[in-house]
Amino acid sequence: MGTPSDKKLINENGLRLDGRGDEELRPIKITTDVLERADGSAFMEWGGNKILVAVYGPREAYPKHTQDIEKSVIKARYNMAAFSVDERKRPGPDRRSTEISKVISEALSAAVLVEQFPRTQIDVFIEVVQADAGTRIASLTAASVALASAGIPMRDMVVGCSAGKVEDRIVLDLSKDEDNFGQADLPMAVLSKDKQVVLAQMDGDLSKEEFGKATEMIIKATDRIADIQRKALSEKYKIENLPEPESGGE
Amino acid sequence: MFPGEDIEPGDLKPRNGLHRDPDGKYTSQYFGVIQKGDEYIDIVPFSGSYFPRRGDKVIGKIMDVGPSMWTVDIKSPYMTMLHMNDTPWRTISGDLKKFLTSGDYIYARVMNVNEIKESWITLKEPGIGLRKLEGGHIMSIPAPKVPRIIGKNGSMVNMVKDATFTRIVIGQNGLIWIDGLPENVIVASEAIGLIETEAHATGLTDRITEYLKSKKGEINGNTQ
Amino acid sequence: MPKDASGILSEIKKGYISKKLKEGLRGDQRKLDEFRSIRIEPNFVPRAQGSAFVNLGKTKVLVGVKIESGEPFPDTPNQGVLTTNVELLPMAFPTFEPGPPNEESIEIARVVDRGIRESKMIDLEKLCVEPAKKVMIVFVDIDVLDFDGNLIDACTMGVVTALHTATYKVDESSPETKLPVNSMPISVTMAKIGDELVCDPDVEEEQMSDARLTVTFTEDGHIRAMQKGNSGSFSMDQVKKGIDMSEAVGNKIREYIKGVI
Repeated sequence: MGTPSDKKLINENGLRLDGRGDEELRPIKITTDVLERADGSAFMEWGGNKILVAVYGPREAYPKHTQDIEKSVIKARYNMAAFSVDERKRPGPDRRSTEISKVISEALSAAVLVEQFPRTQIDVFIEVVQADAGTRIASLTAASVALASAGIPMRDMVVGCSAGKVEDRIVLDLSKDEDNFGQADLPMAVLSKDKQVVLAQMDGDLSKEEFGKATEMIIKATDRIADIQRKALSEKYKIENLPEPESGGE
Repeated sequence: MFPGEDIEPGDLKPRNGLHRDPDGKYTSQYFGVIQKGDEYIDIVPFSGSYFPRRGDKVIGKIMDVGPSMWTVDIKSPYMTMLHMNDTPWRTISGDLKKFLTSGDYIYARVMNVNEIKESWITLKEPGIGLRKLEGGHIMSIPAPKVPRIIGKNGSMVNMVKDATFTRIVIGQNGLIWIDGLPENVIVASEAIGLIETEAHATGLTDRITEYLKSKKGEINGNTQ
Repeated sequence: MPKDASGILSEIKKGYISKKLKEGLRGDQRKLDEFRSIRIEPNFVPRAQGSAFVNLGKTKVLVGVKIESGEPFPDTPNQGVLTTNVELLPMAFPTFEPGPPNEESIEIARVVDRGIRESKMIDLEKLCVEPAKKVMIVFVDIDVLDFDGNLIDACTMGVVTALHTATYKVDESSPETKLPVNSMPISVTMAKIGDELVCDPDVEEEQMSDARLTVTFTEDGHIRAMQKGNSGSFSMDQVKKGIDMSEAVGNKIREYIKGVI
């Protein structure tokens, strides 16, 4: 969290800098199958975030010693484009992106039925082309859509959201200023239906009551975000029954 | 259906694509559609990898030749194996290259799959067209879309074959072999590509008929 | 959706492409000097100082420009600095791997950079704030998102669009200034298949070709950069033909870009 400053984050009408109420999300839009080569892909716009996710696999895990004979290994790679942030970022992984890649991989592993494909890996490539606070949960939410569109079996979708504390108030989905100058940030992701927590990180300062209020807001918001995920997926298909499978030949 | 969506199988037996919760409830594993038969209920995904099942007929590409078996890529996350004894040829250990070498394509049947997904295929089953695929052009589509390319009782693929004077073999793993005069093969592969991209839209048969008509000028009727 | 692009072209497909070329057409019905459809969205990343999202057929690249102050090179104390970097992201193709730039991405970045630099497109002297101490550095970063051939031209189009729309501030308090740009270099890349030159090759054509030629022109009809690639060769007549083709086709692309900026 940034240092406390004189920056006013809540206006005289009780609204946030961008005009949102406490429990209001920024606009979210997801488009699927945006890339030609990948097995599944999604483009996520969440506030000012613009994030592309591509899924390849399952494919044989390489190098061989990374294979797990009992399950598939999910390898998420979170990467920020050099021009995605205010000050140019040197290309390539750093400690922050390495940590985010790890927690995203782990969160997705909780949803994907990894035991169905031993010895393989599923690559989830995440490219943040414009960052605007909350990139990890936006990436994870989009990654879940890209996995579904790639036909990867999952017990449930993963859906993420953040909440935080700004001028002693608990608010949903922190903006960039709120993230930089607020008092706490709590990104979380759950399995869509049973709300099992698959990603949780926090930094800042929250009382137990505030934490409870923040998580309640997040859980409520995940239902709305899950709706957006489903709409994004079904938009590509006019659903119709398939004929019975049979084999081909001459 | 979406991953995690509840399913009530009723009297039907849950088969592919359904996940059973610890408390015994069923959910969809895939983004796809429900398919109910007389006995079974399946969720068929819109896309995804091929996983070998015993009895499937598949097209594979020879990747490596060993002393007594070939390693074959069947567009699955896993390689499959063809043993020299499972071919119609009199092979001697060490001379397998004479029969099949890297880059060759075959039409084979899945014989066995074990728990860690290793599988074996065979060419030794007469009367169902298993063989080395000589010449021709290979195209690739997602395996879940294979039934659409074939159509009811083969109606879709037969329409393409008849209109383009081509020979077509479709593997259940999503690899398709097309042989004929080059310009005809290209029209056939474009028609199959069209079926693939519009696999779930209505009025597909009509659109493919139209498409094939519009290409009539490009098709060479001299099949020799 | 994955296509059989990482595989080897069948003899049938190769035969078809060669036969079509004799009739003056390509596998996808294009004429020899015809580009695939071009769609460029400028300012795709508002946070960058300039940006462009390029769709060249199925090839997709995203160019972002960052302009920050820094120190000049000692041998050019009165000039701003231009750097160009290309990332072949692993999402773009099944065989692309994560890691530092490889030979291929460095070649692309350098050919694109050369066209921009040698055309004097950016007036680097105007980017000098305080000689020998403070100049503006123009960072051009290119993400390759989806690969279907001809990255050099897709990247050049994107960079030219992004630079033409870029603005910067020397520091927080100074006014927003338009990046001083003059000309508009356009690269045109041709692949040699058999004895024919084809513009804007896609992946299949790149696989069938053993030699590549890129020629970059500015609107004044001058050649500003050139690169021959791959292990095959061109006759001198073919090189001259390529130069003529580049100028003619490049003019059309330049008109398109002028329409979107």
